[in-house]
Amino acid sequence: MAIAFKKRPGLVIYLTTGDPDLETTRLMAIEAIDAGADVIELGVPFSDPLADGPVIQRASQRAVLRGTRLEDVLRVCREIRAARPQAGLLLFSYLNPVLRMGLEKFAQAARDAGADGVLLTDMIVEEAEEYRRVMRQAGLMPVFLAAPTSPDERLQAIAEACEGFVYAISRVGITGTQAELAGDAEALVERLRGFTKLPIALGFGVSTREHVRALGEFADAAVVGSAIVGLIERTPAEQAPRAVGELVQQLCGGAKTA
Amino acid sequence: MDSTASAMGTIAGAAREALGRFGVYGGRYVPETLMAALLELEAAYAAAQADPAFHAELDGLLKDYCGRPTPLYAARRLSEMLGGARIYLKREDLLHTGAHKINNALGQALLARRMGKQRIIAETGAGQHGVATATVCALFGMECVVYMGEEDMRRQELNVFRMRLLGAEVRGVGAGSATLKDAINEAMRDWVTNVRSSFYILGSALGAHPYPTMVRDFQRVISRESKRQILEQAGRLPDAVIACVGGGSNAIGAFYEYIPEENVALIGVEAGGRGHGLGEHAARFAQQGGGVPGVLQGTYSYVLQDEAGQIAATHSVSAGLDYASVGPEHAMLHDSGRATYTSATDAEALEATKVLSRTEGIIPALESAHAIAEVIKFAPRLGKEKIVMVNVSGRGDKDMGILTREMDLSGDATGTGKVSAR
Repeated sequence: MAIAFKKRPGLVIYLTTGDPDLETTRLMAIEAIDAGADVIELGVPFSDPLADGPVIQRASQRAVLRGTRLEDVLRVCREIRAARPQAGLLLFSYLNPVLRMGLEKFAQAARDAGADGVLLTDMIVEEAEEYRRVMRQAGLMPVFLAAPTSPDERLQAIAEACEGFVYAISRVGITGTQAELAGDAEALVERLRGFTKLPIALGFGVSTREHVRALGEFADAAVVGSAIVGLIERTPAEQAPRAVGELVQQLCGGAKTA
Repeated sequence: MDSTASAMGTIAGAAREALGRFGVYGGRYVPETLMAALLELEAAYAAAQADPAFHAELDGLLKDYCGRPTPLYAARRLSEMLGGARIYLKREDLLHTGAHKINNALGQALLARRMGKQRIIAETGAGQHGVATATVCALFGMECVVYMGEEDMRRQELNVFRMRLLGAEVRGVGAGSATLKDAINEAMRDWVTNVRSSFYILGSALGAHPYPTMVRDFQRVISRESKRQILEQAGRLPDAVIACVGGGSNAIGAFYEYIPEENVALIGVEAGGRGHGLGEHAARFAQQGGGVPGVLQGTYSYVLQDEAGQIAATHSVSAGLDYASVGPEHAMLHDSGRATYTSATDAEALEATKVLSRTEGIIPALESAHAIAEVIKFAPRLGKEKIVMVNVSGRGDKDMGILTREMDLSGDATGTGKVSAR
């Protein structure tokens, strides 16, 4: 019921809620937790995901077309919380759906749904004063993104504003898989260490066991998004929970014969 | 307004100006990866603004390359036909490349050069900003990539060819409604990925700070000139200034110098499209079916959206007005009542195109035709002593494809130079 990484590196798994459907999202999250994921990021689908690559764009569009709303994401969150009281649960959204619900109402609903924290892709620390106050009041942990392009004074402000962990972006660019981890990543994590004792999770382009193992040398956790979402896209809904569980197990380094 | 706006208002707080706030609107809501680039841009822009050499070069090119100042023209036959106020047209359509867009594209390209950025990214709706950007990139020998919705590429085919002829790469965007909003998403994704080497020339008074301020400053030349010209020609300021509003760059440029002049009414004209329902228009400020404050593509402003906060589809016959949000300074002018916003439908804009063509021999862009449609409604309600200025933001050559599909002129022209009464 808090964000904690029990092993090194820990594992954060991103799911676009409502793709292929809400019930499958719930089942996939539970499988991922049981297979070793420390934190589930429940993505709120948005019509204009400008920080995302093609895989998550497509998933988001499918979920929006199915009519998935923020309220639905909160309901799935509550169900996962009921089934797995110990897992870390983070709501991951663009700002506009949250603003439309209203910050205070959202914070209360997120807390009631058992979420541990929130990450808003297009919320930067300078604009976040009111948002952080509302999160704090509701007992939710705000997580901010740190980028390789962020100068030190921004990294410091980001590290100070984060609770639970800091989400470091492995390379400049949008979400999506890549063959090799960028050289930017290690330097960014090192710079962040100077400003925080919080765990540092590394995401964007992390897709294989090799990536996870490699970043475990310097970061505390890996965030895997597009590789999971892409697998879900390729897999029939009824087989998706099991397939996600197997991929998570592989990412954790567990011997798995699929 | 709901708790959303008040909450965001508190965020604006004391550091309002520094964060690029227009009242509660504006700000910077972007992925962190872009922040360093936005801060770098803000600093470079401030330095350029303070540098007389920058202004000298910009002003020189605006004059000798683009053809500024553009005329202010007393539209006698149109005024006579409407039988009310005297109408003056600010002729941005006569500018090089055929629209006001080059004022801003040139300014930003000079800034990019100062910053040592050789690769330029732009988005375009109607294609006029894309053409202007492709033009200045050719002028300065820069690499140019323009993102354009596939629907817009189809309906503004001529401008796609112009951009390619100028050496730009035009990348079609098929996501969403394949219009301006989707092109901006893709341009921002490119910028996030190539942020260290690329400069994003945003074409309207939109996006994260400092863009809305910077674009307005580059477009401000429109009202700086028109104010001087109307004083010379009419001996006084106009009673109203009318401009179309997509993102709002021509309108903010046409309004800006008049904002302190309280006796000058400022009227923005949005795209009324083909109906009042969400998805049928792009009238963000409409009472019925309009937008509510929210965040789209980096800025807090009025946004057409559904109850779940998903951005709504929009429709307009004019690609340049077909956008779900609006520049944040317009949101402020709307709330304060300093400017009023109305809309013209597709049909009214098409009719206005015909009217201006046949009364004055000026074929306006479909975007600008929305402003003409408003003056057709507005001028007859005023006395002959009143003066109304309309910003003709662009010329209509690019729209011939749409117009040939939308208009049947066979047996329509009288050959007498008379316009049939509506």
